[in-house]
Amino acid sequence: MKKTAFLSMLALLLTVALMSTRSLSDGYKVGDTVQDFKLKNVDGKTVSLADKKDAKGYIIAFTCNTCPVAKAYESRIMALNDEFASKGYPVLAIQANDAEQSPGDSYAAMQERAKSKKYAFPYLHDESQAVARTFGATNTPHMFVVKKDGGQYKIAYIGAIDNNQRDASAADKKYVEEAVNALLSGKSVTTTSARAVGCGIKWKNA
Amino acid sequence: MKSIFGLFLILLLAGAKSAQSQSVKVIKFNQLNQLVNQPNDTLYVVNFWATWCAPCVKELPQFEAVRQAYSDKKLAVLLVSLDDKSDLTRKVNPFVRNRKIRSRVVLLDETDLNTWIDKIAPEWSGALPMTLIINKQRKIRQYIGKPVKEGELTTIIDQYKL
Repeated sequence: MKKTAFLSMLALLLTVALMSTRSLSDGYKVGDTVQDFKLKNVDGKTVSLADKKDAKGYIIAFTCNTCPVAKAYESRIMALNDEFASKGYPVLAIQANDAEQSPGDSYAAMQERAKSKKYAFPYLHDESQAVARTFGATNTPHMFVVKKDGGQYKIAYIGAIDNNQRDASAADKKYVEEAVNALLSGKSVTTTSARAVGCGIKWKNA
Repeated sequence: MKSIFGLFLILLLAGAKSAQSQSVKVIKFNQLNQLVNQPNDTLYVVNFWATWCAPCVKELPQFEAVRQAYSDKKLAVLLVSLDDKSDLTRKVNPFVRNRKIRSRVVLLDETDLNTWIDKIAPEWSGALPMTLIINKQRKIRQYIGKPVKEGELTTIIDQYKL
């Protein structure tokens, strides 16, 4: 009897373990090929990865208007675009929070933010949240560096911008910058993923 | 048996009393690891939150409710703030005081998630809130990578028969 109880407990634990690994594998992993997407920019036009023929890759930033961590990183996202757009790795910012759950992230609020902060990159609205789900974005900010390989884009880096949310100058690991620099000089990326504290993406109520 | 229960009650009351005027302790990861991996059969409900995280703040009362509902059981709630250490006196302590939070609150002073997270929750992306329900001795470990729903905590806790 005891043994049965133990075995069923074990089975339960295994199920829980398997379930958690499954949720881990949701979304892209480093090396995966990215499916192109079409999202509406704050200027009303649609943007997709294929648009920029001369891009060597993209720095894709899942971010938003409202999360304090995203705000703390906003100027660093802008700086990444300033540094790397001309070198072939422009920033694409994507906002995926559900406006019903997070009114400060509505399309109108996004337009306002992009305008007042003078974003030099697209700020795309992932209204259906399908792109965030496909990528496996979980929080804001959440970065994906993709590299053009043949006609396709492949994931080269996933995760944090750097290792100090509060203070850019105190960060001693600049993950995104290092990844893009490595790609530009034809080297392989040393740190291909790093986690960071952030706000969970506000998903629509199922 | 009775005396053990009595002792437990006294400890609990003492804990509750000191928690009334708690000021949040700043700890490093090793201390957190020790706190949640103690060699006893207490079930630890560990919630990672921050004052700037709206869904975290919203769900905090549920953890307080659980602490209260299971106050006669071997259950401990630990609220781990990931606020910046420099916000301790200005934000975290007043927050805990104003909201009369009596669960134990600590502030984890580790800015770089990547140095410690694999040791406690490798499946965690870093998005807040995050909750772990653990007891090392009973090999219980449940990860909740999103806000807890009403009643979800008690359903999980009850299955472990405290």
